[in-house]
Amino acid sequence: MTADMTEAIPTPVLQAVGLSKAYGRVVALDDADLELYPGEVLGVIGDNGAGKSTLIKCFSGAVIPDSGEIRIDGEAVHLRTPSDSMAAGIETVYQTLAVCPALDIGTNLFLGRERRKPGILGSVFRMLDLGGMREAARKEMSDLGLLTIQDMSQAVETLSGGQRQGVAVARAAAFGQRVIIMDEPTAALGVKESGRVLQLIRDVRDRGIPVILISHNMPHVFEVSDRIHIHRLGKRVAVVTPKSHSMSEAVAIMTGAVQSDMTDEEMARPAAQLAA
Amino acid sequence: MSNPEDYRREPASAEASAAAVVGEISEHDRQDPTAVQRIQRVLHRYPALGPLVFLVVMLAAFSVMSDRFLQPFNMSLIIQQVTVVGTLAIGQTIIILTAGIDLSVGAITVFVSVIMAKLSADYGVPGIAALLVGFSFGTACGLLNGLLITRLRLPPFIVTLGTLSVFFALNLYVSASTTIRGSDMDPLLTTTAGKQGSILVPIIDTPIPLASLGMIAMYVIMSYILRYTAWGRHIYATGDDPEASRLTGIKIDRVLVSVYAVAGFIYAIGAWFLMGRIGAASPQSGLGYNLDTITAVVIGGTSLFGGRGVVVGTLLGAIIVGMARNGLSLAGFDPLWQDFTIGVLVIVAVTVDQWIRRVSA
Repeated sequence: MTADMTEAIPTPVLQAVGLSKAYGRVVALDDADLELYPGEVLGVIGDNGAGKSTLIKCFSGAVIPDSGEIRIDGEAVHLRTPSDSMAAGIETVYQTLAVCPALDIGTNLFLGRERRKPGILGSVFRMLDLGGMREAARKEMSDLGLLTIQDMSQAVETLSGGQRQGVAVARAAAFGQRVIIMDEPTAALGVKESGRVLQLIRDVRDRGIPVILISHNMPHVFEVSDRIHIHRLGKRVAVVTPKSHSMSEAVAIMTGAVQSDMTDEEMARPAAQLAA
Repeated sequence: MSNPEDYRREPASAEASAAAVVGEISEHDRQDPTAVQRIQRVLHRYPALGPLVFLVVMLAAFSVMSDRFLQPFNMSLIIQQVTVVGTLAIGQTIIILTAGIDLSVGAITVFVSVIMAKLSADYGVPGIAALLVGFSFGTACGLLNGLLITRLRLPPFIVTLGTLSVFFALNLYVSASTTIRGSDMDPLLTTTAGKQGSILVPIIDTPIPLASLGMIAMYVIMSYILRYTAWGRHIYATGDDPEASRLTGIKIDRVLVSVYAVAGFIYAIGAWFLMGRIGAASPQSGLGYNLDTITAVVIGGTSLFGGRGVVVGTLLGAIIVGMARNGLSLAGFDPLWQDFTIGVLVIVAVTVDQWIRRVSA
């Protein structure tokens, strides 16, 4: 965009332009921007109450912004419900996981978009293809290296924390056609399980689907992110890369100890063009 | 629980694969389940198993206590006695599965029966038309409950407590508190039971009322719907975790409204069966059905907290209640012990449910 930039900036897959959202007098988002470019993992960090979750929920259709615009591949879209967002190919792994504990793995994976049997059983008797969905669930779980769970008809509440996380991630990976958003995916996990989720994030990116990773865990963010979006007081204050900044520098910007002097244009650059 | 003898590292043991919950990551944290845990898991997976086992035990006990108990005539009597409650309890089940409750079952049922009877007896409306109006009216009553719950964000307990009184008062107004005799109505409205309304079932050589057969058919249909259709799965999901359901794209308000409306329709069918059973439409009957349906649902293993249970369990629950009353009476106990027993059963059932819900990895 700037005169000295020779490389063209690609169209962001997902973009927030000037999003604002207030809950009564509490301003959660204040003219917030975000760009997610093809093939990247974008880390999003920020202190508690900085508005990260609200920003993410605007993308997943769980929160409707008061003003501002969300663009997918450059086109403005209105994401009024979670279904709108999912229909646009955006899948979210919520911090709460959003799985139904009493229901089985196969049902959870396809909840809200069940497959019906072909032919008259499906069209007239509305019969679901339970076997087919279970089979697809098994395949998805095994693609993610989670096949130690053998029985797709077992209830999610009988799984360990890491396995539940796996179910939520598998659902996102199975249906995320465009973007996958993960909100604190390693918060409840041990070291090994976290490592597996981080590997999953890289795998998903390598399959060509960009990922937004929200986390408080700086080592995790710095390990997998191509760019790191730093959110403070409801807006973006800097975008750094693991190469350009150390963790402590990023935390200093995040907490306000250091003021970032980045311009909006600089913050909107893809990783390759961010000054090293 | 933490017996060190049970500690095994090898995941290939038969017990481990039977439990089928052992993940590679946390393998070393796990132990094989104890016998009690295994029972807990089986009950968790098959919520109707508990009531089924109890029913069989009770059947055996009563057949020892009284030789009349197991005779086809007596079995047929029990089925007839549970038909109305059993039918209404299907509606109560799908509502409780959404973590709701319906206290207006009895009021809707009686109100619908009065409307059907009055249309036929006082206004000469053909039986089939009176039935259809009644079915629509029951559905509308349920729909009203559902709309009040979702639009005003009121707890189902409060909404249906209110509509219980409202529907019952309107029912008294419409009927002028007067019973309408079956002989004044179109026969269609009352021939779901009795001599004309029964079919001789060959193997047991005993007449079974059409209403009872209708009830069983409704259980089969509802079992299919809950297990094999998206709407059925969404009922469980909504009751289990409404916020998670919303985030996965389920329109939970739409699910709730439709569940209350369908329950209202089921109550209207129950109202039809009720007129066959008592051979009249009585505006004072039926308030007991509120608690009787909840009792059947709870004894049938469905959780009052929503999301868990099967409708077949409710049928077993209704039969358990009917059989307990019948068996205790045949065995010569004072009727007060019937209520005592059913009260104990309810508490036991809820305790077992709480225990099953604590199952974990």
